Amino acid sequence: MEENKLTTGTVTGIIANLVIVEADGPVSQNEICFINLAGVRMMAEVIKVLGNKAYTQVFESTRGLKVGETAEFMGHMLEVTLGPGILSKNFDGLQNNLDTMKGTFLRRGEYTDAFDYDQAWDFTPLAKAGDIVVAGDWLGEVKENWIGHKIMVPFKLEGKFTIKSINGAGTYKASDTIAILTGESDEEVKVTMLQKWPVKIPIKGYVDKPRPFRLMETGVRIIDTMNPMAEGGTGFIPGPFGSGKTVLQHALSKQAEADLIIMAACGERANEVVEIFTEFPELEDPRTGRKLMERTTIIANTSNMPVAAREASVYTAMTIGEYYRAMGLKVLLLADSTSRWAQALREMSNRMEELPGPDAFPMDLPAIISSFYARAGYVNLRNGAAGSITFIGTVSPAGGNLKEPVTESTKKVARCFYALSQQRADSKRYPAVDPIDSYSKYLEYPELQEYLAEHITPGWLDKVLDARNILLRGREVYEQINILGDDGVPIDYHLRYWKSEVIDFVILQQDAFDDIDASTPIERQRKMLIKVLEVCHTDFDFESFEAVNPYFKRIINVFKQMNYSEYESEDFNKYEAELEAIINERKVA
Amino acid sequence: MQTSGFKKIYTKVTQITKATCSIQATGIGYDELATVNGRLAQVVKIQGNIVTLQIFSGTEGIPNNAEVIFTGKPPALHVSDELAGRFFDAYGDPIDGGPDVQGELREIGGPSVNPVRRKQPSELIATGIAGIDLNNTLVTGQKIPFFADPDQPFNQVMAMVALRAKADKIILGGMGLTNDDYLYYKQVFDNAGALDRIISFVNTTENPPVERLLVPDMALTAAEYFAFDKKQTVLVLLTDMTLYADALSIVSNRMDQIPSKDSMPGSLYSDLAKIYEKAVQFPEGGSITIIAVTTLSGGDITHAIPDNTGYITEGQLFLRRDSDIGKVIVDPFRSLSRLKQLVIGTQTRADHPQVMNAAVRLYADAANAKTKLENGFDLTDYDERTLAFAKDYSNDLLAIDVNIDTTAMLDKAWELFGKHFTKAEVGIKQEFVDQYWPKD
Ligand SMILES: Nc1ncnc2c1ncn2[C@@H]1O[C@H](COP(=O)(O)OP(=O)(O)O)[C@@H](O)[C@H]1O
Ligand SMILES: [Mg+2]
Repeated sequence: MEENKLTTGTVTGIIANLVIVEADGPVSQNEICFINLAGVRMMAEVIKVLGNKAYTQVFESTRGLKVGETAEFMGHMLEVTLGPGILSKNFDGLQNNLDTMKGTFLRRGEYTDAFDYDQAWDFTPLAKAGDIVVAGDWLGEVKENWIGHKIMVPFKLEGKFTIKSINGAGTYKASDTIAILTGESDEEVKVTMLQKWPVKIPIKGYVDKPRPFRLMETGVRIIDTMNPMAEGGTGFIPGPFGSGKTVLQHALSKQAEADLIIMAACGERANEVVEIFTEFPELEDPRTGRKLMERTTIIANTSNMPVAAREASVYTAMTIGEYYRAMGLKVLLLADSTSRWAQALREMSNRMEELPGPDAFPMDLPAIISSFYARAGYVNLRNGAAGSITFIGTVSPAGGNLKEPVTESTKKVARCFYALSQQRADSKRYPAVDPIDSYSKYLEYPELQEYLAEHITPGWLDKVLDARNILLRGREVYEQINILGDDGVPIDYHLRYWKSEVIDFVILQQDAFDDIDASTPIERQRKMLIKVLEVCHTDFDFESFEAVNPYFKRIINVFKQMNYSEYESEDFNKYEAELEAIINERKVA
Repeated sequence: MQTSGFKKIYTKVTQITKATCSIQATGIGYDELATVNGRLAQVVKIQGNIVTLQIFSGTEGIPNNAEVIFTGKPPALHVSDELAGRFFDAYGDPIDGGPDVQGELREIGGPSVNPVRRKQPSELIATGIAGIDLNNTLVTGQKIPFFADPDQPFNQVMAMVALRAKADKIILGGMGLTNDDYLYYKQVFDNAGALDRIISFVNTTENPPVERLLVPDMALTAAEYFAFDKKQTVLVLLTDMTLYADALSIVSNRMDQIPSKDSMPGSLYSDLAKIYEKAVQFPEGGSITIIAVTTLSGGDITHAIPDNTGYITEGQLFLRRDSDIGKVIVDPFRSLSRLKQLVIGTQTRADHPQVMNAAVRLYADAANAKTKLENGFDLTDYDERTLAFAKDYSNDLLAIDVNIDTTAMLDKAWELFGKHFTKAEVGIKQEFVDQYWPKD
């Protein structure tokens, strides 16, 4: 883009945050502009161009704006700044640092730097003068919290470059030049620790994107054991309000085995963000012993913040994720909720009087969702390292009905489906993931199957499928019992139902608010699944169906006490022994 | 055009629709207020020199030579301590015969709180109602509606909660309130000697529906004044938000916007969120708690209004008549307080979370037994016991006429567990069973 003479314009129309600007020069789709309102500059994005008229969505309230006000076009799309110092920050959807804003209330036109440009970092070079490099190659490293933050050849550079000079180990400011590169036509490029990137364009710079093959441990049994997420995989959590989407995502953000977590709070409650930045600086990551906040970055565009910036927020979060992935890190990106993002698109599309698709969402919604999910993944970098973005979004279907555009479009692209059920939530069977409807496509990947066999136990997949099958048959006989009555079915039906209930209560249900039960390491999950399946495959002797329910309630109760006890502690072992005794009471020899 | 003082006056109306009129004018700000032949209106669209105004009380009888006066300002409210004890209409004008309020003029619907400047809500609000305190504990800074059919006594429950909540100020935002209900509130607050703590903004069924759109913002501007400027605990009551949403749909409909589900505007979620998200706990001490009413039609919570509300608020309190005991209860299945885990078990007794969940699970078993019974099947001994438990639980704990403290609620629950079940059937952590299981 030509940057020497910037286009300016005049406001000619205002409908809420859709502002029409007559431009005096070239404008491009998605270009950023600033609209003046009595001395306040409000950021806006071009979303449609018609002749010399630019339709812009303003990322602020337009209250008081008048026609005739001026606008300046910036010659670039919405960009984020990338560099050391992103971790542990609280940004808004446009990457403004929320903590350095003044006052209690958000002020229109207040944009704060994402970075402290003067902060000094200890730099260690990873390349040397004379090396041939391309975009994304690592030039050096600084320590950001505890990660080795790579300083890379800017992603915007095209073609091969030779390192003309690179600074030696030392302390530099983020904005200092740390290397000079020479291009193929001898042009020189100064590289600092900072670079900019337009959020709506994926950062490439990797060799290939193999299929995910490694388990991403989350400590949540219904995910790890029953519907495993793969590192670099995608999944979504649809569910009616109150079914536990946010609690589940927060559990993932606390427990998942990732190097860093990016939370996009997209159009949901402010108090849920407050919860994170109140608790995460205190809570420890059990794997590293470091505070959770050290690995967490929050992109907050809560429901009361400007709607247009909501759409940008998920892209901002994804771009930051891609940046860290290029350093060979394992990133977990969580967005709550992607439906709010889709609704922001809908509000704008309606204001522009576009032809609506189903439920008045824009026609191209499926394509937008699909290309967003496609940005996640496991990648091999040029230097042999690998990085990943695992993406899990929540979906908030209207009326809890999954036959709606956002759920349906997401289902086509996300590989794991964690459907939350109202019925399970109502009966407090948390996490309310429906065990029958939910799935992980990764279970079908031979790569992952091999990984599970090697890292958990040989034959693990068969055990998981066995448990799924018992659950399914349990649901079938439950329906039969409901139709035919307790005494209208053989005792065996009751047994089958109660065996499925054991899996439900012991493996599926998990108390997110209990210190011990909240997170189950995979070794403990292995032990519990094997134990539960043992019960499921035991023949029990019952003279009447009436004795089945109280007997299994006892079994479940002891199992639950085990879940609440420290693994292999005295209590745990005591309950396990108690369990054996109960089993032996009715076990057919 | 004439100018009188700061005001701009026009008389050439170019178009009149059911809710709006358009006029040629320049230098007009978006969202600005105007009067059209004396009726209050707001700028909703500006295209070139054509300004479209939404007239709150409707356009009936507006001529094309109407006098349009622009005020140069968005809707605003005078705030000061003088607000206390006063009754206002949707425009913030007194309806109690008292004088105008003196004080700073503040735009309503102002900016939102920076999320990092909020404090996590942490103060328990005790109501004495076990359906709330035991199962759905409320916290200051929370936003939560009652979901209820129009025939449920939600106004009574809300007034009761408000008076027991120990707030410094109670702000009532009445939308489409019947005159009788308005007088009911006035009387209840008066009887409780609380009138000096009350501020009301009321749009009754006798006022034009579109005026309601101003009520929540008026109430919340007053709330922010007391909570932020004066660091007080403020409780805002909004009733009935369904009628507010209906007014939104009337306006968007008349402006030819494409409706989404249930003929509601596509922006319903954002519109409601802007209101409810004003609930806040400030680190400096003040707080705004919002308790609202969303009336349902036939208990349907999948309708766009309750559905969007549920996605925004921090839970909901679902009122239902339990025919087994002939009383209104707070339904434990559909009700939820999302902030309860911030206080239960820490500010209340440690067994609270487990007792709460166990009781609801057993109540769910009773619901299954009931279905069995209705389908004509024999009940097992366990089924019979769950049914007996459910009746006691409903009567002694869920009914809205219960008024005891949380410890008494927990003791009551243990008593019922012991009366109807074995320890294994209740399935609570052993340490609590050892401590609280009733000795006989
Ligand atoms: N795993 C869980 N364990 C215990 N309670 C849960 C769990 N998941 C959800 N809940 C309860 O359900 C409420 C709503 O969960 P939330 O995640 O906020 O729902 P959603 O985001 O789907 O609207 C929580 O406040 C909590 O009380
Ligand atoms: Mg949520």
